[in-house]
Amino acid sequence: MNFRLDVLWHEAPQFAAGFGNTVWLCGVSMILSLVLGALFLAPLTSRRPAVRRLAQAVVDAGRCIPFLLLAYIVYFALPAVGIVLNKWSAALTTLVFYNTAYMAEILRGGWVSIPVEQMETARAFGYSGFLLLRRIMLPQVLIAVGPVIGNQLIQLIKDSAFLFIITVPELTFAANYVQSYYFIPFESFLVSTLLYWILCASVELLVQRSERWASLVRRNHG
Amino acid sequence: MLSPTALLDLLTGVGTTVAVCSIAIAAGMPLGLLIAAGRTGKNPILRLVCGLYASFVRAVPLVTFVMLIYFGLPAIGLAFDPLPASVFALSLNTAAFNSEIWRAGIADFSRGQIEAARAFGMTPRLAFWRIMFPQIWRKSLPPLVNEITLLIKASPAIAVIGIVDLTRKARQIAETTYEPLPAFFAAVLIYGVVLLALVAAARLLERRLSARTA
Repeated sequence: MNFRLDVLWHEAPQFAAGFGNTVWLCGVSMILSLVLGALFLAPLTSRRPAVRRLAQAVVDAGRCIPFLLLAYIVYFALPAVGIVLNKWSAALTTLVFYNTAYMAEILRGGWVSIPVEQMETARAFGYSGFLLLRRIMLPQVLIAVGPVIGNQLIQLIKDSAFLFIITVPELTFAANYVQSYYFIPFESFLVSTLLYWILCASVELLVQRSERWASLVRRNHG
Repeated sequence: MLSPTALLDLLTGVGTTVAVCSIAIAAGMPLGLLIAAGRTGKNPILRLVCGLYASFVRAVPLVTFVMLIYFGLPAIGLAFDPLPASVFALSLNTAAFNSEIWRAGIADFSRGQIEAARAFGMTPRLAFWRIMFPQIWRKSLPPLVNEITLLIKASPAIAVIGIVDLTRKARQIAETTYEPLPAFFAAVLIYGVVLLALVAAARLLERRLSARTA
């Protein structure tokens, strides 16, 4: 076969635009669901078992839905109850909704890994409420779960490929467009898979870097 | 509410999802072990190839991977029908993730036990199957089940090459009945039941296995 490098070069802007959309969609929804997941921490670590169990059930249920099914629900089923979203807001809604369940669970895991005495000591020193959360608990939780968040981001990037089915022009959409227009499926999907590889490898590298940084911070303050 | 015919129709989608995923899991676990063996073995070329394979496949979205195999591979002379192509894609995908789990198990394994087994005259193969594998298997079970649930959740990807799995079926029913909510809700319930049952079964198995060691 002859490899159509010329076509790929010609369509490089398509791939670049798709790649860019994948990056910002995943980046923005990661930040949003990190915030939402942190808010979920309150009921998840509540002292009342009923509240805790309900929150856990919601999080567990959220983690049982396949990404594509959730995208279908947001894009095709929500209009039936009067909520009509365009493809961009549907994409963001799906990504954030899906990812928040995972983020909440990850943050909860980090929270319970911190010894209870820490919080008690901080309370004894007069920390409470938001200040306790911001100065004592959250920094430790975030450092503890950093690598796991990185893995979840990789998962999210890969799940975002499903969004091409609801016609969001992300990387897989671009690859599919180029392959069907020029009939070069092998070249086109090879390029998109390589781009995903580069993206995921960069996230992994960033996580490793930040881990090293976190261990330095821990040593200097420990 | 979903009509009985629609529900029956939805169940054919369940059958497809379960069948394709089961074959992929059954094929992917030994294949993953083989790749892990390559990655931890002595042959440097095999180590590199298996390592690159695992790194690449784990970084590629399943949808893209399915399309690469179904639309892309015919260009280099490997053409599959949609059904074999989806089984192939899911197996290759889950094998890469499984290899990572097996590899971690192998890396954690104490060399002393292998040396002891060898000292007692066991061949390397016998030492692997009798001493190493039963212990690795027990330790790897929870992450392996976790990978199975991830595979099932990613399996709607095979719809892009025309396979009508549970998710795709739900969408078809939603489109023909003009009532999207019941069909999607039923699909969510079915996935939930299957995944939670898997996690519960794994917990049971784990407890039984650890009881046997104790």
